[in-house]
Formats: sequence, C-alpha cells, structure tokens
Amino acid sequence: MRLILAFLVLLGLSLPLHADDHEGLPAVPKATGEPHPEGNEYWRKNHMTLLLHDRDLTLREGEREDIRASLESCFDCHTVKDEAGEAVTIEDERHFCRVCHDYAAVKPDCFTCHRSTPSDNVANRLMATPEEPNSIAAYLERLKALEADESEASQ
Amino acid sequence: MERTIYRTIKATPASWGVAILLAAIIGAAGLAVLTIEHYGHIITGMNNQIVWGLPHVFAIFLIVAASGVLNVASISSVFGKKAYKPMARFSALLSITVLLGGLAILVLDLGRPDRLIVAMTKYNFTSIFAWNMILYNGFFAIVGAYLVVQMTQGLSPRVHKAAGIAAFTWRLILTTGTGSIFGWLVARPGYDAAIMGPLFIAMSFAFGLALFILVTLALFRLDGRIFGDKLMLRLGNLLGVFVAVVLYFTIVQHLTALYAEEHAGIERFILLDGGAYTTLFWLVQVVLGALVPMALVFLRPSRASTILASFLVILGGLAQIYVIVIGGQAYPLQIFPGYEVLEGFNEGVVNSYSPTIYELALGLGGVALALLAAGLGAKILRVLPTNLSDANYPD
Amino acid sequence: MTNRAEMTRRDILKSGAAVATLTLAPGVTLMTFGGSEANAARADAGKRWGLLIDANKCAADCSACVTACKTENGWGNDGGEHSGPETESAWIRKVTLRDKHTGRQVSAPVMCQHCESPPCVDVCPTGASMQRVDGIVLVDKHICIGCRYCMMACPFKARSFVHSDVPEQSVNAPRGKGVVESCTLCVHRVDRGRIPACVEACEASGNSAILFGDLKDPESPISRALKQYSSIALRADLELNPGVRYQNL
Repeated sequence: MRLILAFLVLLGLSLPLHADDHEGLPAVPKATGEPHPEGNEYWRKNHMTLLLHDRDLTLREGEREDIRASLESCFDCHTVKDEAGEAVTIEDERHFCRVCHDYAAVKPDCFTCHRSTPSDNVANRLMATPEEPNSIAAYLERLKALEADESEASQ
Repeated sequence: MERTIYRTIKATPASWGVAILLAAIIGAAGLAVLTIEHYGHIITGMNNQIVWGLPHVFAIFLIVAASGVLNVASISSVFGKKAYKPMARFSALLSITVLLGGLAILVLDLGRPDRLIVAMTKYNFTSIFAWNMILYNGFFAIVGAYLVVQMTQGLSPRVHKAAGIAAFTWRLILTTGTGSIFGWLVARPGYDAAIMGPLFIAMSFAFGLALFILVTLALFRLDGRIFGDKLMLRLGNLLGVFVAVVLYFTIVQHLTALYAEEHAGIERFILLDGGAYTTLFWLVQVVLGALVPMALVFLRPSRASTILASFLVILGGLAQIYVIVIGGQAYPLQIFPGYEVLEGFNEGVVNSYSPTIYELALGLGGVALALLAAGLGAKILRVLPTNLSDANYPD
Repeated sequence: MTNRAEMTRRDILKSGAAVATLTLAPGVTLMTFGGSEANAARADAGKRWGLLIDANKCAADCSACVTACKTENGWGNDGGEHSGPETESAWIRKVTLRDKHTGRQVSAPVMCQHCESPPCVDVCPTGASMQRVDGIVLVDKHICIGCRYCMMACPFKARSFVHSDVPEQSVNAPRGKGVVESCTLCVHRVDRGRIPACVEACEASGNSAILFGDLKDPESPISRALKQYSSIALRADLELNPGVRYQNL
C-alpha cells in the first residue's frame, strides 16, 4: 500500500514535467556560418557517431582533407562568447556542448584532451602549397639546391 | 575419520571489529583514488621515470599470491592429499578474493580508470598484458566453477578432479603470464629474462601459502574453531620447501645475469650499491624473507614459528616484488653505450622514487578488500570446516 | 592489422544513424561518408617517414628543436603546485654526451624513434599504441587507459604520462591528463605536406642537423645520405629498425 502511494506521488510529481516538455528543453546557442546541409536534427542525433568515425579516420588513417566532423571545425561556428567577447570554455555552462549535455546529463569525454574553444593557430589547417617555406616540397627543393652547391664546391 | 562439516562464521564483536577496520582502510583507499583522479598522478610519487610504483607492488604481490592460495585446494584434488581436503573450499574462495584485491589496485591506478570498459572490449593480442586480462577473467570463472563443484553434494570425484586440474593448469598459466609482463620487456636490463615465469610461479607458491595460513588461522581464531598443531606444522614445512624453491630461482636469476657482462650494471646496482634496493634485497628478501623462515620451520618447528615464518615470507615477498618492479625501473636505461651523459635530465642516472600516502593507501586498500571479501565469503558461504583439529588426521 | 576506420564505417552503416540518412536523402550519405578513397590524402603505405640526426652539426648550446616542439604541440608547461621535471612531459629532449674513452663530446636530440617493430605497440593492451602505414608511431588517446606499460617497454624513454590537467590544448596536438603521449613526428603537419616543427626550427637555427624524408624512396635526400655515410640506430642490438637514425654519434 505504501509502495503504491509512493508511486502515485512520484507520478504526480512527474506529470507537470511532461506537460511543459518543450519549455524545459535547453536553448541551443545560435551558430554562425553556413547551416549543415544535412539539417540540425540530423547532427543533433548523429554528431557522436560522426565524430567517432572521423576521429579514427584522422588519427589512424591520416585523413586530413575529407573530414566532415572534427571538434576544430565544430567550434568554427558553434562558439558562445562571454561578456568580454571571449569564447567560453567547457568550464562555462553556456558552452555550446554543455547546454544540451548538461540537460541530458551526459558527460562528453572529449575535453580532457581537446581544446573546447576555437584556436587562432590555423597555420596547419590547410594543405601546404609548394610556395610555403615549411612545406615538404620547398624543403626538398632547398636540400637539392644545397647539394648542388656542395658538389660545385668540391669540383 | 569423521566427515568434515562446513559452517559459516558467526558475527561476533571481534569479527565486526576486524570488518570495520578493513572497511575503513578500503574507505581511505577510495579517498586516495578520488584524490588521484582529481589532481592526476602528479600528487603521487610516480613519475615519467618510475611509471609503476607502490600500488603495482601490492597489486602484483596479490595477483601472484592469489594463484598460490589456490594450491591448498590443488594439493587435495589434483595430488589427492586428504589432509588438505577440508581447506580446499576456502582456498578457492580466498584465491578469488585476493585476485580481486590485486586487480582492483591495478585498475584504480590507471590514468583513466573510467575507461575500464575499453580494456575489456579492445584487445591487442600481441600484448601479454591483454592476455593477462583474459587469464584473470578466466581464473574467476574457472575457480568459481571449481568452488561450486566442491560445494555441490553428490558429484562424482572425477568431476572434482577434473575441475581441480583445470584450475591448477589455469593458475600455472596465469602466473607465467604475470611473470612475463616483466620477462618479455626487452628494453630494461632488470627484466627481459625467461626465468621470470618460473620464478613468479615459485613466488606464488610461497606467498600464497603464507597468506592462506594467516588468513585461515585468523578466521578460525575469530570464530573460536580449532586449527590443529600437527596440520600447522605440516603447512609450515611445505612453506619452507616453497621458500627454498623461490630462493633457488632467485639465485639462478642473478647468477645468470652476473655471467653476462651486459647485465653487470644492473646486478651491481641490485646486489651491491643500489642503496635501499640492495638493503631490501639482502636484508628483507633474502635474510628475513627466506633464510629466517626456513630456519624457523625446519629447525624450530612449532605453531608460533610457522605463524612468524608466514609473516616474514609475506614481508620478504613484498620486498622481492619491490626490488623487481621499482629497482628495475630505477636503474637507468642504457641508450648510449660507451658514453657518459653530461647533460640531459634524468639521463643515465638512477631514478628516485618516494611513494606518497596515496599510493600506500591504495595498496593497503587492495589488501583490505581481499581480506574483507574473504571474510564476507566465509560469512555467507559454507567454506570453512568446523574444525581442523589433529584428531581428524590420524597419520 | 585490422583497419579500424573501415570497421567503424561498417558499424555506422549497420547502425540506425545510417538508416536515418539513407531515408532522409541518399546524397547526404554520399557527402558524409563518401568521397573517393583513391584520391584522398591519407597516410601512404608507400612511404616511411624518418629523421637523420647529424650529431656533429647539433650545437650543444642550442635547443631550438625542443622549444619549437613545445610551441607546436603545447607541452612542457603543465604546471601545478606539485609539478616538477620528473613528471613533466618530454616529447623531445637534448642530450650532451662524452665518449668514456676518447673524451669526444657530442649533442643530439632524442625523441620517439618511430621503430619499424615498436615494443610500445606490441605491449599495449588496448591497441592505443599504434603504427600508421607510413611508419609513424602514435598513441590513440581515445582508447589509452593510462596503464603505462608502453613506457616500461620503450627502450628510449620516449613516452610521457600526463600527470595533471591540461587546459585549452593546442589544436595541433590534443593531450590530456591520464594518458600517455609522445612525439608524433608532427603528423598533423606531415599529413598536410609540411615538415615537422623540430626540422624547421633546426634548419632556421642554421645548424640543419635534422634531415627529414621518406626512407622508402631511394632517391630522397635522407635515403641517399644513409646509403653514403655511416649512421647508427639507438639500441641497435634490439633490432627495432627505428625511423630515426644518428650520424657521428
């Protein structure tokens, strides 16, 4: 009997929550940039699978160009700024990832190792062109020139 | 010979006291783990040179001892010695809980203990460490089944024997695996030796029996049951033999290494000028952990000498594993033979290690967990005989 | 070795996620998982990246390679009140040595030697220690459990365990508390056609003691140098065939 009472009380408590379900949902922070062609619902549902898939592709296969889901590119658009105009880190509960993850009580295991803000260090993001001095192509050219000099000097 | 009757132990104030003490130690270990989790391993004494520390010493001691604890059961069902039969159930139970304690330490010391599921689902089969995880899980399953077989009425002795042989074979493989964690490390001169497998098996025989004697005796005392003097002397004598075998393998290990010039450095370090490691080796491992116990049980056999010898074997065992695990890492890697290092941090010098309270708490917590689980097991399962008095063994 | 990315790909196809995409629009699937694998820039099994370090050219008082590596990958300043040099990461370190018999002094940087048969990969229980098809040895920190067995197995002390929290890492090298890390041969640069940071810094310092290149290409400068001059591998007795070689050591 007491169990049934407790159950009824619980039921009563949970009912109002169900009633205004949509009001309780977290407000997803506004993003910048082009919208996902697949649509937001698709990404909300599948972002973890896509990230998991592409992380292995990047780390294990060395794929750097054909990567759709990377945290680095997430934060290109999905960044929340604080009062000072700085991007907030995962420590802040306004952070893009935390808004939903806190609501769903799911702790993402990404940010022990990954930075949670956009980086201004973009030097390595694009494929190198031979004109860049630190490209492998330019480096090999310099070595070739050096070798030519040396063989000239020895002659 | 009367039939052995198994009874659960009673909850006396004394046993409650012991249980609360053990639970407190486990609680302290839990706090230590949470603190390490929060701050990272930076608050421990372990570092990038000594990567495995005091927790691993306790963990490896318990894992090695676990398979040795099972020997009492094996002696009865595989080798048919009737005197050991009444202790076989508890031997199987204790071996499970001791392994549990050891593994708990190992898991909780991981950098990411929250990823235990990864260790359980992703196996790299070239890793002896991964094989060990399978061996540990198999040990729980096989010894668990062996315990069930022993406690089931009316099974044929052939089933008993088959289960006993399976468990005995598995434990030999398991301890070889534990030894191979070190034996297969080619990089470090202190390890990299095939003798690690057999040495660890010998160690497990000695440490396991010593632990079994002390734990069984403690439970018997708490519950007011009789443990006969003759049986005690018999176990003590066996312990002496096992300790002699460990000493033999230790001598062979070091003589072999001494003969090879490439290992002269590490041998000199352990045997001669390694400071604490040398002291631990000669004084604690060899004298207190081997020679004194042998003298006690062979020259002055008595109840008290067996108990003292068991304590000393455990102390010596911890020292031996400390010397192997920490000593092997403290001795510098020889990356540039023929050169002396002028600059380069921690290059070519003996690495220092001073364990902190967190590591000690974690290690002791594993021991306490093993003991508390064994006591709880004896409380709810009929694994301990009502008496082990000498009247039961006319010979 | 099993291809984990392919396995994951199959997993996705099996999972509801893929079904959802397929029903949404087949084109979406093509964009997300597709792309021609043939022309994608991936780690190339036809290459093996390596370094040749000339100890004669390496200046004892120069540590440009170490500084560049720290900046590039964001290690070396993990801080904290308990922090000390014993617990600090060291992806690359400078050593100065003196020959015990002749008294000759040399300097050289030591980093992950990117062995052909890496002991760290053999011993790793989860497969987090891994080798790419182009020979670069990495730690997959996503599945590293922090057991440190690879550090026990490495003959070169090349690996470090992260002992404390690392906030806001470099995008170049994600790294964090509780897992093991080591030199990646600047895989994030190499994959996009750039030379490793230490090589760039060494060249910029004027010493040019580190030569980078493809060991499988017989015409590459590193292959020709190795063929022409004598060089050694550290711990050559272990027959690990490292991708990092030393000259004049």
